[in-house]
Amino acid sequence: MADLLFYVLGGVTLGTAALTVLSRNAVNSAMFFLLSLLATAGLFVLLDAYLLAALLVLVYAGAVVALFLFIIMLLDMQGGVRPPFTRATIAAAVAATGLLTVAVLGFVKRAQLSVAPVSPDLPVVGASLKAYAAQLFTTYLLPVQVVGFLLLIAMLGVIVLSKRVEGLEDIK
Amino acid sequence: MDVSLYFNLPAWLRVTLQGVAVIVVLFPLAAACSMAERKISAWIQGRPGPNRTIPPFLAWIPVVAPLLQKLGLFQLAADGGKFVFKEDPIPGHVNKVYFVLAPILAMIPALTTIAVVPFGAYLDSAGRTVPLVLANVDVGILAVFAVASLSVYSVILAGWASNSKYPFLGGVRASAQLISYELSMTLSVLPVFLWVNAPGGPGTLSLFDAVQSQSQPGFWGGMWYGVLMPVSAFIFLVALFAETNRQPFDMPESEADLVGGFHTEYGAFKWSLFFVAEYCHMIVGSGVFVLLFLGGWNPLPWVSLETLAGWLHLAGSPVLTGVLATLLFLGKVVAFIFFFMWVRWTLPRFRYDQVMKLGWQKLLPLSIANLIVYAIVIALIERA
Repeated sequence: MADLLFYVLGGVTLGTAALTVLSRNAVNSAMFFLLSLLATAGLFVLLDAYLLAALLVLVYAGAVVALFLFIIMLLDMQGGVRPPFTRATIAAAVAATGLLTVAVLGFVKRAQLSVAPVSPDLPVVGASLKAYAAQLFTTYLLPVQVVGFLLLIAMLGVIVLSKRVEGLEDIK
Repeated sequence: MDVSLYFNLPAWLRVTLQGVAVIVVLFPLAAACSMAERKISAWIQGRPGPNRTIPPFLAWIPVVAPLLQKLGLFQLAADGGKFVFKEDPIPGHVNKVYFVLAPILAMIPALTTIAVVPFGAYLDSAGRTVPLVLANVDVGILAVFAVASLSVYSVILAGWASNSKYPFLGGVRASAQLISYELSMTLSVLPVFLWVNAPGGPGTLSLFDAVQSQSQPGFWGGMWYGVLMPVSAFIFLVALFAETNRQPFDMPESEADLVGGFHTEYGAFKWSLFFVAEYCHMIVGSGVFVLLFLGGWNPLPWVSLETLAGWLHLAGSPVLTGVLATLLFLGKVVAFIFFFMWVRWTLPRFRYDQVMKLGWQKLLPLSIANLIVYAIVIALIERA
């Protein structure tokens, strides 16, 4: 049952992710992205990471994609005429695809996943809220702080960029 | 009472039956709310409201039928029948896929959130309190918020797919409003769970544990969080009105300036789905408020379900205590829904800029300050 669900959810995640990129209509893209996020949340539930699943749905599916849709609708972005490919874009696309292929192939060929013995007393950190929080505030405190700082900088950047500046006098 | 027959059924059948049973109660309750809204609005405005409809084959019953006729109960059936059987047009200018999808998307979160909301409890033969809930998950309140936050898509998509101006404005307003008030709502319940999760406990966000911590013995243990944390309760209440698109926050509909808002182009069955979904949200939202701030199924502050069951000599019977708790809980929810309607027919609608200002400049700072104050106070109490 869990295996079947994994394949179904994984397939939905990948398929809708591809459709997100391939859709011509921006609203369709956003909706496929939403489906992809929901399927990813389902995968987290299969891994017993209930908190992560709930947060993914709450923050990304519930708020971020809604904001995307809000912006798409507000600016009425419907694609329009695409600029034709130039030699530079073709070269960049080929180079990027090549790099990505090499990276993925290298990961698949060389990466070594040690097969951990699955024992029932292996601590499932994601399943218990308390254990999860304890990990966040002890072992992973530095990454949490760094991510928080990054988000703060991003927020400040948005405020600075979106503030209308008439002349240099206003900045002072 | 022998209930072993039920527990001998296979697990999947029991789970399905429980789910169907909850929906079978929730769906008509939401429909009945629409009738209650019409009657209550009529009473508040000093008019009789719907009181004429009666099927001819029931009119001969002496006392009951006229009473139900006066209460407008047959109007509810007539409305329901009309919505199901009348023609369901799809305008030519709409995006058909999203136009049909939107009402379905409205129902899905509305009916899914009820799965993690406990609606009662019973005392088993050992005297322990066991919740009546479809899925008693650890992340309780987060799961409710997560699924409820998906309901915004039905409004946005309905507004966008209708491909006309007023629905579009309604959809855009809805997306901004729902996101704005989600923040305050989430922040307002944090003090409750700081208090619930005393040091040494298992660590939980479950709604059942929130109720259990309001049914402890002693002065502080038996107090409802609505009394202990009035600011949290107030912020949650205001945000709940905004999240369920109720007056004075019904920007997405706003009949006065947007015709019908996001559902202007909808009619018949699809429109009724939006309508029922709104009431389902109200019922579930009221349920969450009752669980968090009004003691859940405990009859009064400082009087827990166990105490009441002891007074009534019901302590040994799981079925009777379960029925008692569910009735108490439903009673509180219905009273709260009356409060929703009372507010709707009392306060005028906010302007859109007032809604945004209230959400971001008043409610959000207030909820952050509230969280900080309670965090400090709780830390001091626990150190002492």
